[in-house]
Amino acid sequence: MNDTAMVDARGLSCPQPVLMTLDALRARSGGALTVLVDAEVSKENVMRAAGSRGWSVEGVEEEDGGVFRIRVAKR
Amino acid sequence: MRRSARNVFSSKGAVIGVGMVIGVVAAVLQKLGNPGNMGVCVACFERDIAGALGLHNAAGARYVRPEIIGLTLGATAAALIFREFRPRGGSAPIVRFALGAFAMIGALVFLGCPWRALLRLAGGDGNAVAGLLGLVSGIWVGTLFFRSGYNLGRGAPARAVAGWMFPALMAGLLTLRLVCPPVEGAERSAVLLYSLQGPGAMRAPAAVALGAGLLIGFLAQRTRFCTMGAFRDLLLFRQMHLLSGVIALVVAACLVNLVTGQFHPGFNNQPVAHSFALWNFAGMALAGLAFALAGGCPGRQLFMSGEGDGDAAVFVVGMIAGAAFAHNFGLASSPAGPGPHAAAGLSAGLLICLVIGLSMRQRRTG
Repeated sequence: MNDTAMVDARGLSCPQPVLMTLDALRARSGGALTVLVDAEVSKENVMRAAGSRGWSVEGVEEEDGGVFRIRVAKR
Repeated sequence: MRRSARNVFSSKGAVIGVGMVIGVVAAVLQKLGNPGNMGVCVACFERDIAGALGLHNAAGARYVRPEIIGLTLGATAAALIFREFRPRGGSAPIVRFALGAFAMIGALVFLGCPWRALLRLAGGDGNAVAGLLGLVSGIWVGTLFFRSGYNLGRGAPARAVAGWMFPALMAGLLTLRLVCPPVEGAERSAVLLYSLQGPGAMRAPAAVALGAGLLIGFLAQRTRFCTMGAFRDLLLFRQMHLLSGVIALVVAACLVNLVTGQFHPGFNNQPVAHSFALWNFAGMALAGLAFALAGGCPGRQLFMSGEGDGDAAVFVVGMIAGAAFAHNFGLASSPAGPGPHAAAGLSAGLLICLVIGLSMRQRRTG
């Protein structure tokens, strides 16, 4: 699995970040995925959606400009 | 780069708690003077603000409702305290204006926003069931568009003033309300208009109304409470998170109504309501579709506006303009039934929402 897969949902409001994340998760059976969002609510929704599909949140980092880099994985 | 803090309000328990708070506060506001089953109704109250500013001529719907001001500024306070105030905008604002206007037209055919649909149900108004079925149907159509790639495009960070414009507008309305207070028996107090009878004349004490709005706005900003999102997330993701708060709202309001003698089950002679089921369904179907396409129920749009989201603010201004259209063009219902041109208004709204839903899409990539 590609370990650098990335979803860029910056500037989009819900439900788009969650839809994009779930699309990406469905496309792979495991591995790791990084999701970029720029709203706290999108961060929470992406984390909740990934968790409910059996993926674990390995880390969330906040970058300058209010961008959150969410790393989810299924090993 | 730093590790992101976790929002303790994002738990299901917090959403349920906030739903209960909204239900209790709304029922108490009704007891304190707000119209029946209208403790807090974002659509009705924005319509009253439009009337108070002279944007329409419905004499029974004029009052600068402090609840709306409080809902916005409470969200602003929460966003500032928790470092979430983020000026942003630029995601199809004119489309959001149209969605807001048609959402309001649909809501005023039903006579209430989703919050009021829930409060009507909690007060025993059986007509709310048709409205809620319409709401869910409209949202369901919206989810079909989402599945086929609909979105309004990316927004972008904006200058600080852009984010502050809507909270400042609310502060301005509060100032007007304070310097132009209601005068006994007078329709006009300096620049503001007041209702002498009808729902616009039924109001909880202003300070209580403002405080209630601030409390709900603060809590709802933290929990992202959204009635449209509740049904959307259930239909789209099979997720009950927000819906649990919606259910809590109904249960809490119903219990307070039972205790305070405000529960009157039935279909006829319900407060500020009519019993034309098809119109109740169709009005809320249009509203639900417009809320879904715009990404939030009227309450949530206020909270996002309070956080600096200029796109949500344009939706709210669209709703206020829509209230003026709804009354000036005979689209809004009254307890006697739908307005003379309701069918035309709903048809135009559905057509435009379908065009927006079908045309504003891109292939999803992941």
